[in-house]
Formats: sequence, structure tokens, C-alpha cells
Amino acid sequence: HTHLNYKLGLTLQNRTSEALTPAAAARDEFQEELVIRPLHSGDIYASFQFRTLWDTDFLQEGQKVSHYRLFPKSLGQVLSKFSVRELHISFTQGFWRTMQWGQPFIPSPPGAELWVWFHDTVSDVDGNWKELTNVLSGIFCASLNFIDLTNTVQPSASFKPLGLGNATDHRFLRYATLPREIVCTENLTPWKKLLPCGSKAGLAVLLKSEKLFHSSFHSQAVHIRPVCQDEQCTSKAWELRQTLNVVFDLYTAGQGKKEWSLFKMFSRTLTEACPLATSSKVYVDITDNPELSPATPLLSQAVVLGDRRTYSVYDLSRAETFGQLRSLNLLLRWKGDGEMLRPLLHAERYVAGFGLQTGEIHTVIYNNHPYRAFPVLLMDSVPWYLQLYIHTLTVTSKSRDNKPSYIHYQPAKDRHRPHLLEMLIQLPPHSMTEVTVQFERALLKWTEYTPDPNHGFYVGSSVVSALVPSMVAMNTNFTQDQPLFSSFVPVKEESSYFVRVYTEPLLVNLPTPDFSMPYNVICLTCTVVAVGYGSFYNLLTRTFQVDEPSLPLAKRLANLIRRIRGVPLLT
Amino acid sequence: AVCTSRFWFNYRHVANTLSVYRSVKRLGIPDSHIVLMLADDMACNYRNPKPATVFSHKNMELNVYGDDVEVDYRGYEVTVENFLRVLTGRLPPSTPRSKRLLSDDRSNILIYLTGHGGNGFLKFQDSEEISNMELADAFEQMWQKRRYNELLFIIDTCQGASMYERFYSPNLMALASSQVGEDSLSHQPDLAIGVHLMDKYTFYLLEFLEEVHPASQANMNDLFKVCPQSQCVSTPGHRTDLFQRNPGSVLITDFFGSVRKVEITKDTINLTSSLKPLIQRSGSGDMQIESLTYVDQLPVAEIIHQKPKQKDWHPPDGFILGLWTLILLVFFQTYGIKHLKHIF
Repeated sequence: HTHLNYKLGLTLQNRTSEALTPAAAARDEFQEELVIRPLHSGDIYASFQFRTLWDTDFLQEGQKVSHYRLFPKSLGQVLSKFSVRELHISFTQGFWRTMQWGQPFIPSPPGAELWVWFHDTVSDVDGNWKELTNVLSGIFCASLNFIDLTNTVQPSASFKPLGLGNATDHRFLRYATLPREIVCTENLTPWKKLLPCGSKAGLAVLLKSEKLFHSSFHSQAVHIRPVCQDEQCTSKAWELRQTLNVVFDLYTAGQGKKEWSLFKMFSRTLTEACPLATSSKVYVDITDNPELSPATPLLSQAVVLGDRRTYSVYDLSRAETFGQLRSLNLLLRWKGDGEMLRPLLHAERYVAGFGLQTGEIHTVIYNNHPYRAFPVLLMDSVPWYLQLYIHTLTVTSKSRDNKPSYIHYQPAKDRHRPHLLEMLIQLPPHSMTEVTVQFERALLKWTEYTPDPNHGFYVGSSVVSALVPSMVAMNTNFTQDQPLFSSFVPVKEESSYFVRVYTEPLLVNLPTPDFSMPYNVICLTCTVVAVGYGSFYNLLTRTFQVDEPSLPLAKRLANLIRRIRGVPLLT
Repeated sequence: AVCTSRFWFNYRHVANTLSVYRSVKRLGIPDSHIVLMLADDMACNYRNPKPATVFSHKNMELNVYGDDVEVDYRGYEVTVENFLRVLTGRLPPSTPRSKRLLSDDRSNILIYLTGHGGNGFLKFQDSEEISNMELADAFEQMWQKRRYNELLFIIDTCQGASMYERFYSPNLMALASSQVGEDSLSHQPDLAIGVHLMDKYTFYLLEFLEEVHPASQANMNDLFKVCPQSQCVSTPGHRTDLFQRNPGSVLITDFFGSVRKVEITKDTINLTSSLKPLIQRSGSGDMQIESLTYVDQLPVAEIIHQKPKQKDWHPPDGFILGLWTLILLVFFQTYGIKHLKHIF
């Protein structure tokens, strides 16, 4: 009797617990998307985004994660061990040409860039940062271990978190770039392994390194941040976005014709969607009316980067997208005449001056809006061996002095800290603003030079962040089925959109010593000592002795006989 | 596998290292057991007419870079110090596992070095050298710390045999591409790429290894015969006196390959065909949870009125301390100590 009661009690309990938690296990979600945008110059821009949503808030108390479904375990363990709130890492080869290609969906500077927001509970941010860079260098096969305190900065106003949260104490932010870092297959391979389907199914089959690196611009990035779990936004989920932006050149990959296809770009076609993905789509930008085949009835409009664009959508989860041949190869052809929409914000940077002692860094920011002025935040991080003279800092717009409304400057400490300069500058409409600062080049210790010092030393890109006024109303609603490329940066108001522009990195020559000089000095000194002092010493101390020359054998025998006879010897 | 040369004209050294890496991976050793050090990047170098490829045979027949390569130390990280640290295991604690040589006293280790060398030294990146004595001492440290069972050392540089002359630890076998006083020569140039693609010794070593499969019974004596003087122009040398077993009984796959345990299963896992998006969770009734928001990306008003950070107070040091001490000293000198009570 009691046994029966006990069983009943158990089943009742099960039912109630089921009512309280509708989903027993955490559900991860994976979406993949490819956007193809023909560019005005004849090049073609392809942007892959893979989004894995991890339905656990591991930073909450008492949540210990041991089961990983779609979210990669290597990154999950890194995040929980170092209490990382947001992680953004990108590897880029090439420079994004804003004036020819427009604005990218996800901007990135040349080389490697890493910026991390740590959680409030971290007590030693620098220690965590150092260990995090070492662990990431192992995961991505890159020399991220060269990131240390001499090239890390703590921006005070740029790089606000892109995810959820309200506290923004910049003591928990660290930013570093390695402009010299190269990207090659060894970085792409571990990046592909983080995807749930790997490179076996879905859009990732197109990622073949021989074609991807034969391009004008290649950028792969990993962005991890907390996002809203649902539309009410009452709890957090973690989102991993892996993005890959590539621009194929008209002449090197396109053979000079504005006629592109998936096979021409990637030497592969699409055969199936990733079975683990909830949505797998290809968007082709048809705003400028190119010829597109195979035709698709699905169209979508999206406002992205201040512009309303029309896209043809290919849904790979539907079998009829692949047609009879079971493979999807998009063909795109366009004429390319007509005006391109001029990007409203653009920046350049260069070094002026001559010689190896002094120089001047010029940063030029263009505001191409015809009648609106808007503020931009310029962040410059200059290594310590270029000693900036901040009293020579000038900001001029339209040949008049333009005083920034906020300046944050942290001077460098030799071999400890780089310079950090952040300024909030108001750009007048339709104008060019120039920021100049003079610097002096330092002479490094001879062990601090790289093995190829005559190549020069790199200075990382400047970052210009701005809320650019938009011609078209932006969408501020957060919906689950928004395409990924329009939901990367959170939109707070309709009238402007957030843009980040990176300038070129600089390559400066430092005064380089002749490294063969120690060897030359030793040789020269030893020769002088040996020849000059040595011969003098020999003259003074050498004694001479008469030395009997050795006689040939016949004469020696004759001498032997003569000694026996007692007769004088031969010489 | 270590390549120590920088610059585009040393393409062949990177191709050498990658071809050994490729053979070793093909014969079964996984990436976690390989430490690959390449001093410069040839595949994605701007001078490479075919990016993301490194060829070993002319007319671009064989791409030894491939699609699945993991370089552990690259660029400026390839230094003598890092190489010796990897061998002896004295790495900083935050070094990731892929950059460590995690060997114990049951491991057979294969070390392959290539680059420019001379009598008794090997040049690293045109700025430093490793001498044969340092290498011999490193191996002795490894022996004393029981970091290897048997070690095969292959070197492809000019006068390579000088590098193994000074070894004195047991269970070491060494191969070099040339004797002391001889230069190792490069094999073929490719006119499209514009540089020499491989060195002769490693080229014939690669050809030999392409015929070895994981179950092959080829032994070390076959390896010693690779690249005789007729093909290589230089005389390859080897050293087996420190090795305890007879080289004829040592299989090549002892060093170049490995056998991994594979369990074959006949079960299949069904992936659910349609994954529904996340179930909308309704907030629990009793608690009022406020919705979370995203942060403003460029809060202009907040930035302008940002208060400067309160720096932690440090006691004055250096110049300021000296200045104040001087002032106080002068003060008390002129006015005397008894006036102190007027101050306090």
C-alpha cells in the first residue's frame, strides 16, 4: 500500500515539474547566412555569417555547464574560465576600400584585432587578459601571445559593448591590435572547426582556402556577446557569430568580366543546408538590378547601413531551391554604370615628413553628408617608440580650428604602455577634417629589433566610431527572423546608424643600426691589436738563436763517418 | 618540424618542413602530437602567385600546404629560445597545449630541422644561431627528465653533419643531408613561382616517404640509403652509435607514423529533421523581471560629461619626495627644531 502511494507521488511530482519548465534541456540554435553584393567597381562582396545561440547563462551563480551541443566547447570553456562578457576577435588580410566598395557589414582593421569586455567580478583584469591571449593564440594558430601591455590600451569611450548590459566601466575593457599578423589557411581551419557542421555541409562547404585567399580582402572574425533570449528580453543567452567577409577582385579572380557565379568565386556549389541549422539562406543584393539566375520568387527588403536594399532570397532548407541538379550555382551579371551611393563617413591616415628622426601623423576624416553635422569619436593607439608631441596636436575643419568636445589622452611609458588618444570631434557637413600630430622616432635597444627591421614597424589603424544620420528610417524592433546582417549592431533610434571606420595602418621606419657592427668591431680591433701591438711586443721580447739547418741524408752519413775518423765535419 | 628561415627566397625551407609534416600526418600522427614551427609565411605571402599553396614539385604538382594545416609557432615566434623551451618543456604556464611537446618516457620523437647552417651551428631567422653543443645539451636535459624513449633527428642544411657530432645522450639517431665541408643543394626552381621549391635531400626523402604506408616494414637502413651522392651531390650522413637497437630492426613508422585506437560502431544517430526555434518562455508570474537593454554605442552627452577617472593615491616618490625633503631640511636648518611645536 505504501509502495503504491510512493509511486503515485513520484508521477505527480514529475507532472508538476514538467508544467513549470516547458523545455527540459537547453536548446541551442544555429543559423547561417550568405549575402552577396555586387560592387560598383566590378568586384563582388560575399559575407558569411554563422550564428550559434547558446541557451545558458553561465555567468549566473550556480550554473555549471558540462554539456555542449552546438556551441563549441573550446570557446565555452574559455569564456567561463576568464569571466568574459564579450569577445571580439578578427583576422584580416587586405584593407577595406570604403570609397570604392561602400561600407562593410562588419568592419575590421588589417591584421589581428582583439577586444574583450570582462565581467564585473574579475579582480585582476590584466592577468586574465594575458592568459586569454595565450589561450586564443593556441585555438586560432596565431601569434596572439605577442599582445602584452606594450600594445594593449583601455579605451575610455570607444568600443562600448555590443551586447546586453547596462554597466560600462571601462576598467574592464581591453583592446589590442597586431597589424603585422597574417591570415592563412592555418587560421581558417580552426575557425571552420568551430562551426556545428564544420565544413562538411551547409554554406561552409564554399570556404575553400585557395579561392578565399586569392582575393582583395579577406576577413574572418568571431564575435561573442550576450543577447536577448526572446522578444520580451527578460533573460540572457550567449550568441556566437562567426563572420567571414571576402571581396573578390574583378581582374585576378573574375577574369575582367562583371559576370560572377558561385562556382567562379568559390570553386564549389551549394548542395544542401546544414542539418543542424534552423535557417540557412542566401541573400543576393538586387537593388541595382543585376541579372540573376536561377530566379527565385522570394524577395526581401532590409534597411542596412542607412540604405534600403532589396534582396533575392534563396532558402536552402527547401529542396526546390536546388532544382533538378541538386546543386545551387548562382549566376550574376551587371553593367555597373550609374552612380554609387557615396559613403557618408570616410577616413584616411598617412605619415608626413622626411628623415628618420621626426615625422607627422595626419588623419583625415571626410563627412560627405550634404547638410548634417555629426560627432565622431576618433581613437588612436600609437606604440611608445613613436613619441608623440601632443602640444602640436591640431584639429582643423574647413581651414578653421575645430576644438574637440572631449579629449582623453594617456601618454606612453617607454616599454610599458602605448599612447592612447581619444577625441570627440564634431564634423561640419560636407567637409574634410584633418588631425595632425608630430612625433619623434625612438632608438630601440638592439635586442628589441625584429629579425627584419628594415621592413619597418607597424602602427595600428585608427578607429573612427560615429552615429551617422540615416536617409532612411532604421528598424528598431528586434525580431527573431531578421536577417543576420542587419541585426549585428543594436539599433536604438531610427534616425541614425552606428558605423565604425578603420584607417590604414602605418608603416614607419625607425633608425636601424647596422647589426653586423659588433662583428666588424671585434675583427677590426683584434686585427689592430695583433698587427700593431703584437709586432711591437715581438720586437721587444723576441730573442734570436742560431739554428743549424738539417743536412740531407748523404751528408749526414758522411758526417758520421768523419766523426769516427776525427776529421772536421761538413756543413 | 622546424623551418628557421625567413624571406621569400627561402621558400624551399618552408616547403621542406611542410612536406615532412604532410608525410607524418598521412602516416597517422595527429596535429595534437605535432609541433610545427615556420619562421615565415610563404603560402599567403604577397609574392606567391598562387595564394594558400606551397608546392614541392615544379609545375605545381603537389601542394604540401593543403587544407588542414596547424602551425603552432609562426613568424617571429620561431626563435632559439622558444625551440629549446619546447624541447625541454620549460614553457610559461599559460602556454596552450598545442604549443607544448607533451612527451613522456614512452614517446618516440622525430625532430626535423631545415634552414641555413654552417660548421657547428644553425641560423635562426637571420639574426641568431643555435650551436651543436646547445642542441646536445638540450637533448641531455630531455633524457634526464625522461622526455623521450627514442629520438630521431633529421637535419637538412649545409654541413648538417656537424650538428650531430656533439650528441652524448643515449637513444639518439641522427641523419643529415651533408657532411662537414659540403653544401646541401636545392633541387628545382619553378619558373612561375620564381624560387627553388625544395632541397635535394628532402625532395628524395619525400619521394621515399610517399611510398611508405602505415603498415610498411621499411626500416632505418632504407632511410639511410635515401639520396646517395649521385642524386644529392652532397653525401648524406647518419649516426647510430648512441642508439641501443640495431637500425635494421627499427621500423620507419616507429618515428614517422602512429597507430591510433579507433572504435568502429554500427549505431547511427538521427538528427531531428526540423529544429523548431526556441520556445518562447513566459515570465514567471510572481517576480517582476525588467527587460534587459543594449548599451548605447556612442552616448555623446555621457562622454562629454564623463568625469576623469579617480586615480588611486600613491605616496610621492622620486623627484617630488626629494624636493619636499630638501624644503623641509632647509626649513628646519634655518628655524631650528624647537620651533616644531609651533607647527603641531
